[in-house]
Amino acid sequence: MKFKIHLCLMLLLGLGLVSCEFDNYDEPKSMLEGRLVYNGEPINVSYNDVSFQLWEPGWQKKTPINVAVDQDGSYSTVLFNNTYKLIIQPFQGPFKSKTNDVTKSDTILVEVKGSQTFDIEVLPYYMIRSAQLTGSGNKASATFKVEQIITGLDAKSVEFVGFYTNKTFFVDRSSSNNIASATLNGADITDMNNISLSVDIPAINPAQNYVYGRVGVKIAGVEDMIFSPVQKINL
Amino acid sequence: MKKKKYISFVLAGLLTLSYGCNDDSFLDREPTNILLDEQVWKDESLVLSVLANLYGRFPDFQTIESWATFTDFDEAFASAFGEYGRHRNTEYGYGSWGFWDYGYIREINLFIQKCEATTALSETTKARFLAEARFIRAGVYFEAVKRMGGVPLILEPLTYDYSGDASGLRYPRAKEYEIYDFVISELEAIKSTLPAEVNTKSRATKGAALAMKARAALYAGSIAKYGATTPNVSLPNGEVGIPADKANGYYQTALTSAQEVMTLGYSLYNKKPDLGENFASLFYDKANNPEAIFVEDFKLKSGKVQSWTLDNQPRFQSEEQQGGRLNPSLNLVQSFEKLDNTFAPFPISDENGNLIHYSNPTELFAGRDARLYGTVILPGTQFKAKDVDIWAGYLRKDGSIVTSGNLGGQADVDGDGQNEQVVGFSGPIDNLEFSAQTGFYVRKYMDPQVGSGQIGTRSEVWWIRYRYAEVLLNAAEAAFELEQPALAADYLNQVRTRAGLTTPLTTDEVTFDRIVHERKVELAFEGHQLFDMKRWRLAHQVWNGSRISVQDLTSNLGKANKVSTMVYGLWPYKYYDPAKPGTFDWVFKIVLPSQVTNADRFRLGNYYSQIGDDIVNNNPKIIRNPNQ
Repeated sequence: MKFKIHLCLMLLLGLGLVSCEFDNYDEPKSMLEGRLVYNGEPINVSYNDVSFQLWEPGWQKKTPINVAVDQDGSYSTVLFNNTYKLIIQPFQGPFKSKTNDVTKSDTILVEVKGSQTFDIEVLPYYMIRSAQLTGSGNKASATFKVEQIITGLDAKSVEFVGFYTNKTFFVDRSSSNNIASATLNGADITDMNNISLSVDIPAINPAQNYVYGRVGVKIAGVEDMIFSPVQKINL
Repeated sequence: MKKKKYISFVLAGLLTLSYGCNDDSFLDREPTNILLDEQVWKDESLVLSVLANLYGRFPDFQTIESWATFTDFDEAFASAFGEYGRHRNTEYGYGSWGFWDYGYIREINLFIQKCEATTALSETTKARFLAEARFIRAGVYFEAVKRMGGVPLILEPLTYDYSGDASGLRYPRAKEYEIYDFVISELEAIKSTLPAEVNTKSRATKGAALAMKARAALYAGSIAKYGATTPNVSLPNGEVGIPADKANGYYQTALTSAQEVMTLGYSLYNKKPDLGENFASLFYDKANNPEAIFVEDFKLKSGKVQSWTLDNQPRFQSEEQQGGRLNPSLNLVQSFEKLDNTFAPFPISDENGNLIHYSNPTELFAGRDARLYGTVILPGTQFKAKDVDIWAGYLRKDGSIVTSGNLGGQADVDGDGQNEQVVGFSGPIDNLEFSAQTGFYVRKYMDPQVGSGQIGTRSEVWWIRYRYAEVLLNAAEAAFELEQPALAADYLNQVRTRAGLTTPLTTDEVTFDRIVHERKVELAFEGHQLFDMKRWRLAHQVWNGSRISVQDLTSNLGKANKVSTMVYGLWPYKYYDPAKPGTFDWVFKIVLPSQVTNADRFRLGNYYSQIGDDIVNNNPKIIRNPNQ
């Protein structure tokens, strides 16, 4: 008797679940992806530090969608079809936002209709050119050039340049993302076109005969650094 | 069957009862478990208990009731399993240290409104209650502006009219300096109403109001001055950031208010001849303490007790099977000066890298600022007249180390087949919670009373929010910034003399680094560090996210912007020389606790805590804080 009642209850519950309409919206399906670029070149930034905001109009509550930019300057996010406002917040990233022609401000309108690629043009303070990373034994060295992009009134000086290496693909200034690093203060740089740095790689456990590395520029008064692409360095 | 009958009987009874209930007075009864407004506002002692409730909710970020918050920066290591994460993270969350409690502010405003309306209290009592509530409100807004920047300034209880439109309750953020101005002017307005009683500690007094005013003005002044070094940390309308030209005005206010406190009869605590012990007892001595100005008090057997001593007592001979949580870092310990006013790392090895031998572990720490002894329990010292027993093991002449993974563990050192104790009963043992993993325990605020370390008793030592030494340091800093170094030196030297530094600083020696250093050592574990580093805009330089080596750790002592992102320890070892059986010397090694895996990183967006999306959604007039 008891058993039957339980069975009935279970059945009722099951029926209830079946008839439940969970959500009245379809899930977002349009993939928006792209990169932060300067003249078509991607801006390499530190891991999980630089982000921008997408604001979707039409909702009662206004909460931004924070989109994190990956190390190589790429991003991707899944959205509803709509026109989004894209804002790079002030002081985010090692660059300045460009004034958008349509909105006459730093807001960019992004019309999402199905999956698409959308590159965001920004104006970096500096770019790193021709970075060459080499390794041998327990030493890794880097030579590179630093090119100043923003000059004139808005120009900012170099606080320091750094060479970072890590055993994984995530390489930047954060202590969890490097095992060895070397820095050179901006004042000590004699030739921006010929900077070299080297680091001693500590013992890696478990042993591996390669590290990942990249060089970066810290700009005075700007929190986020700009980097060269991550490279694998064979030791 | 019987049951059914019973149920119907009860139901019938209930029905009859409810039928008979048409008398209003039957349902409309005075509640017996709460007091109504009109009852409270008839009775002075009931009003006082409402006020006590408001006092009891006064916000602090770091206090003796939250030991783990002291390990967030570089003052200490958290020797407790659940808190190791504080040393493994890199960044601080943008929401950290946030404060947004308009429920509390509304209740203070309600109290003020009702107190103003009441006729049942005598004029003097009423005036004092009102001034106290305004003191609490000023303190809460000060706390809010320290953490969030300018916040909406609400000075009356707001009430929703259920019209479906709450937009009338939406207030924009005030400018940062407007909040500071409000705090300063409120405290100025109420200071004369409050009693100028030196021995009233847990209620607002004239001294408390002026001390808070001095601190607030100093904060505003330094944000105006040093905010210029971080132009990114500001908002265009001034919700964050104070114009630089206001700095001197605030510094002047700070100096004047601090000087006013000096006329009220407070003085530095100086009851004991031993200066180290004197500094320690300044925090636990509640009888006629001339230094404490405003405190949060505790009382045994009243329900309001605190567990600082229980949490942090030396593990060896502690009163419970716990304690030892907060381990002061070598970063802090080594920054206490030598008695000739110079800085030096501890001499643990000579220029050739050979370890220096000591006959006694306390020798290494001798000849330093007495506040070191009063702040930190060092190896070789005592707490509650019992040895703390901190030593990491035996170091043999061949360089091998004999130690154990258990507190007071045993092993054979000299090869005679007999096991000896090879590690202290308080550790240090790496990765073992409650052991002194940095080699140190905390002494400040530790209660020497028997029972303070028992779960069933705990401690009634108070938490001092404002004390006279800080007022002196505030005055010194304000005077220094106003280019009156002689005055600054005088105030600094008063505090330093009490610490045993008898050679006074000359006016030339009073530098910004000195001011920063003095606050660091005098006010360690008192909840000042974060807010000091924020207002000087030093936080992102000192906690910059890069690893520090032993070389980095031991250089640049006394520099305000010295990088200090990882907490180190200093372990004493007994040196065993087989040629001299039965005797041993002491040597020391600098260690990085294995749980300290990452460096602290304070980002520009941490200067002002994040205002939650829910708050911004409910009130679109709220501007978000910068760099987040």
